[in-house]
Amino acid sequence: MTLSFWQRLDKAGRNLTPFAITVMLGLLGMMPLRLPAFAEVAPSLTLMSVYYWSIHRPDLLRPSAVFAIGVLMDLLSGAPLGLHGLILVLVQGTVLSQRRFFLASTFLLMWVGFGMVMFGAAFTEWLVFCALNATLVPFRALFFQALLTLALFPLFAWAFIRIHRAFLQG
Amino acid sequence: MKSRTSGSVVRLAAPLRALAQRFTFLLLALASVALMMVGKVEAPVVDDVRARVTDAFAPILDALSRPAATAARVVEAVADIQNVYDENQRLKTENARLMQWYQTALRLEAENASLHTLLRFSPEPPTSAITARVIAAPGGSFYRTVVVTAGRRDGVKKGQAAVAGNGMVGRVVEVGEWSSRVLLITDLNARIPVTLEQSRQRAVLAGDNSDQPKLLYLPPEAPVTVGERVVTSGHGGIFPAGIPIGVVASSGERGVKVQPLADLARVEHLRLIDYGAGSPLGEAETAPRETK
Repeated sequence: MTLSFWQRLDKAGRNLTPFAITVMLGLLGMMPLRLPAFAEVAPSLTLMSVYYWSIHRPDLLRPSAVFAIGVLMDLLSGAPLGLHGLILVLVQGTVLSQRRFFLASTFLLMWVGFGMVMFGAAFTEWLVFCALNATLVPFRALFFQALLTLALFPLFAWAFIRIHRAFLQG
Repeated sequence: MKSRTSGSVVRLAAPLRALAQRFTFLLLALASVALMMVGKVEAPVVDDVRARVTDAFAPILDALSRPAATAARVVEAVADIQNVYDENQRLKTENARLMQWYQTALRLEAENASLHTLLRFSPEPPTSAITARVIAAPGGSFYRTVVVTAGRRDGVKKGQAAVAGNGMVGRVVEVGEWSSRVLLITDLNARIPVTLEQSRQRAVLAGDNSDQPKLLYLPPEAPVTVGERVVTSGHGGIFPAGIPIGVVASSGERGVKVQPLADLARVEHLRLIDYGAGSPLGEAETAPRETK
């Protein structure tokens, strides 16, 4: 009985990994790095995490959890409330509805899929922001943010795969 | 846990579940839009919630920001060692120049004081400052805020000016118990009443998401020279007058752009200026104020 309790605890802990990683990356993304002009193009780490875990373990990163993470990021980052909630939920919805495509056999295809999702998300963010402020804001910073996120994706995806294999296999 | 039962349910009712899932996404997307509406309509409530959540996460953000600060310091130290000789030379000349200015300032201060007594000038309320560390600089293309480690219990109030080193960087927009949020002057929503130092022309400094905010409501014929200093005007009574913000970087068809004096990407500590609180202790005078 005791053993099964610990086993259950262990499993619950492991199952929390995708959620915990996404929250941690969100907080890490807010570190003041003191790099010139970095804040405006800071890569969207939560998006990478939501993308990866939605493809590989959607059962462990529920839409409600994704939504909660998005709202938390909005509250902490000073973004309009609901912006990241919407984007992350839309990203997960897109990925899950086309999961067969995104569950690619090669890494390159996963990267290409991420690029499509990333630019879709950036465009959505731009649209929402323009609508909220009733002005046209330049898309430039978002474009470079998307590029930087795309460029850093392999590094983080590699870490996700490692973590996936270490904690969530078998 | 429930893995076995839910597993069989998935197999049995997969299409139903897919439908429910689709519905969940729709519901959550609608909830996000609803939150945006709430954020627009009930901004004070949202600010309060933000302040509370930021308070709750402040210790974590604080812990995370320390290694980053250390790393940045190490990089800067290495860079400093490389040009220590040049820096020394530059500082020597600058010091010589500043000594002259110091003498001038002393003379002007005395002269100003005597003129004040002649005119029975009523002095401005004293200012005091609260120093706080920046613990989070959330990345985002459309919003520029930083979170600092000082809140209501330290005397921070909404609207206080935040100054880093040589210039103003923003103002406090949310105050939690031990953390608060500063809206940087480059944010799209930042508006600060300013004066051009030489021409005494009033304007509003408005962030536009670029590194150089622009001046609004300048009369078209107003003489603007590149390099002219831009300081707070004190109108509206939120900030003390005369806090330096930046210098005019360019003036052209696309408007007048101002280069902030402080390096906004690298602020580590901020002083939040408590203005008009009438602190009898008169702590460190924060900015040279001028009077018209």
